[in-house]
Amino acid sequence: MRVVAALGAGLLFGAGLSLSGMIDPAVVLAFLDVAAIAEGGWNPALAFVMAAAVLITTVGYALIFRRRAPLFAPGFALPGSRSINCRLIAGAGMFGLGWGLVGYCPGPAIAGLGLGLGQTWLFVGAMLAGMVLHRVLIERPGIQPSSGSSRA
Amino acid sequence: MVVAFAGGLLIGLAAVLLMLAVGRIAGIAGIVGGLAGAGPGGRGWRLAFVAGLIAGPFAAALCGAPLPEITVKASAPVVVVAGLLVGFGSRLGNGCTSGHGVCGLARQSPRSLAATLTFMAVGIAVVFVTRHVSGE
Repeated sequence: MRVVAALGAGLLFGAGLSLSGMIDPAVVLAFLDVAAIAEGGWNPALAFVMAAAVLITTVGYALIFRRRAPLFAPGFALPGSRSINCRLIAGAGMFGLGWGLVGYCPGPAIAGLGLGLGQTWLFVGAMLAGMVLHRVLIERPGIQPSSGSSRA
Repeated sequence: MVVAFAGGLLIGLAAVLLMLAVGRIAGIAGIVGGLAGAGPGGRGWRLAFVAGLIAGPFAAALCGAPLPEITVKASAPVVVVAGLLVGFGSRLGNGCTSGHGVCGLARQSPRSLAATLTFMAVGIAVVFVTRHVSGE
């Protein structure tokens, strides 16, 4: 059941990215281009997408967390770290740099793999390499704390 | 903008479904990045989610939405550098647009708010420089 539910969640997520236009890096870049507000060419779509998604998730999570456990797992895997540290900000900064250069972040890039654009595959390949690089350089296999820890 | 809002609702529903069923944050970088270290019990749902994510645009098309057109204007070397930064940065910062920007904000996590403001600000700055300063 976990697999079926996760497949369903992935389908909804990919359909949402597609319907909202966020699967197209050009739409994302048109949002980040705030200088276009003055020129009249700004595309605020991403703000609407995030607002809707956060709204639904906020209400849904509040209801779900009244339960003691999810339907098909023994417990909720929630990020425990609470400190805003250098690692968090450096990582988010690097992420923003790459995001602003191309307009791709992990969700839309993977959801776009089936649409037949070579650059999407190139981006996802490089992104996976970046994740592996992080694993090798920072996490160091062997002294990694509980591999089951989830990430926000 | 109605379509954007509707798409966002679907993304929210996806996040809610994953938490309700599997008890997990719908952070794409976390789900994909966790594939390498996950045991047999943690791999199945991750792969299923990724398969659904790739099939999602086609499922939407079956329901009447147009298949999206995507445009990447950046050159191949820039795409590679950006991919490396997004992959490495999302692991270092424990999250991406979905993990921090949707699920984290929905949990009122101060970390996620800080991360979201940071990558938004840097993304905006990068687009400003590439479009309006370096003069393309």
